Amino acid sequence: MSKKVVVIGEARDGALRNVTFEAIAAAHKVAEGGEVVGILLGKSVRSLAEELIHYGADRVLVAEDEKLESYTSDGYTQALLPLLQEENPEAIVLGHTAQGKDLSPKLASRLKSGLISDVTAIEEAGGNLVFTRPIYSGKAFEKKIVTDGLVFVTVRPNNINALEKDTTRSGDVQQQDVSVTDLRTIIQNVVRKATEGVDLSEAKVVIAGGRGVKSSEGFEPLKELANVLGGAVGASRGACDADYCDYSLQIGQTGKVVTPDLYIACGISGAIQHLAGMSNAKVIVAINKDPEANIFNVADYGIVGDLFEVVPLLTEEFKKLKVQTS
Amino acid sequence: MNIYVLLKRTFDTEEKITLSGGVIQEDGAEFIINPYDEYAVEEAITVRDEHGGEVTVVTVGGEESEKQLRTALAMGADKAVLINTEDDVEASDQFTTATLLATYLKEQEVDLIIAGNVAIDGGSGQVGPRVADQLDIPYVTTITELSIDGDTVKVVRDVEGDSEEITTSLPLLVTAQQGLNEPRYPSLPGIMKAKKKPLDELELDDLDLEEDDVEAKTKRIEVFLPPQKEAGRILEGDLDQQVQELVKVLRTEAKVI
Repeated sequence: MSKKVVVIGEARDGALRNVTFEAIAAAHKVAEGGEVVGILLGKSVRSLAEELIHYGADRVLVAEDEKLESYTSDGYTQALLPLLQEENPEAIVLGHTAQGKDLSPKLASRLKSGLISDVTAIEEAGGNLVFTRPIYSGKAFEKKIVTDGLVFVTVRPNNINALEKDTTRSGDVQQQDVSVTDLRTIIQNVVRKATEGVDLSEAKVVIAGGRGVKSSEGFEPLKELANVLGGAVGASRGACDADYCDYSLQIGQTGKVVTPDLYIACGISGAIQHLAGMSNAKVIVAINKDPEANIFNVADYGIVGDLFEVVPLLTEEFKKLKVQTS
Repeated sequence: MNIYVLLKRTFDTEEKITLSGGVIQEDGAEFIINPYDEYAVEEAITVRDEHGGEVTVVTVGGEESEKQLRTALAMGADKAVLINTEDDVEASDQFTTATLLATYLKEQEVDLIIAGNVAIDGGSGQVGPRVADQLDIPYVTTITELSIDGDTVKVVRDVEGDSEEITTSLPLLVTAQQGLNEPRYPSLPGIMKAKKKPLDELELDDLDLEEDDVEAKTKRIEVFLPPQKEAGRILEGDLDQQVQELVKVLRTEAKVI
């Protein structure tokens, strides 16, 4: 049965996030031929609307307000609820990002709806839309269906492929008036700690360090490798607990779960709690001095050796490759 | 100050997950307080010690959750409440849990609610914000710092590595991110005292709820384990050769570069 689906887009540093395009692709699966409507909120986001259409939205609603410059759950909910009432969609899809995680439960609560979060796959089976999502941080998966009301899902970055960008697609873009009044949480300041733009949960390449990195300076060669590959740096709990890096970099059952194309584990032993956060990466490379390290049991390729020798060599080798191919 | 902590009993992070008859096996598994909820308990105790008041830990679950509640009491919480749904609720999801908790909390004088930002089993992260919405109070998720001055609250929220400095006010719900604090271990006297602290048990009736009021809106139809990864290939030769080989296979075999 075809459905009208709303996708709430998300921009970061003035550009739409890739997970928004993935959410549109997911929305088309849910829509089963129905209309996909994008919604963009912000201070000045009108210029991004066409790109949503190029990636598959049929039309886009844009709501602009000073108070929507930074995301707040109150501001976004106040702006979105009237639009959602007007559109009356049968499904809502957004990215399972910091913003999506914060916003979706509140919206679901307001709409008296269920919410299936962190979805990694969508299929149609036996007349039902079936959503797959990790549980126990990826140690297992569950399949869920909606039994009552709205189909409301958030999709995990890097799992559902975005549609091919088609710049010939066109659609209606409508500016909407919104009124955002009372914000109960005020953002006073944002301290940027995230490194070089690439977000860990969206990165296609992750270079992660463990206790073997030995110090915060020890992360430098990993950062260089990440830069060359356009990736992000992550860490094991061991490295975070030892204060070699910030907890925001932690990958594992406590911490982030990542599914990049390439995961390079440097000086990480491979505790179960870490494996839960990364073992669904497409390709895993392990670099460790200890040939018995558990990480080699999940790695596709392993190098037994000192990361401080191996990582710089790898960086050099990838640099050469870049020169050749450019 | 009346502080409430939302707590969940979960599998220990070191446990492997196994299935039997399509259901996750719990026999012999170690259970713990969800690690993020442990930060919440610690923070609640710290806030109480600074500002006075009382810490109540609340969970939704079966009898077996008493153990985790007692652990929180041993850490220093004052009271515990178990909302026991074992006999009444067949199908539950995050809507169910949030509605049960919010219905209970609506009847209390609440200044501050602290929860974990996510449970490491279900991993949805929905219950905190849903409870706040049902109580119509503001919330801030994934916080790494909290300070309270009168009714004014300053928090630092982790947003994918960036830190937002936020001002808000009580009553408030926050969810704990790693880095908020270092949870204490229960002391021996703490464990002794915990045995005598009040642990109330409530059922649907006590909350004036019918099963229909909390009926799940989503349903699990299957659980499966990810395919076992085969151990891969350890590269050979001197380091230079290994590195060159690795770059080659990543390009040609794995095609990820």
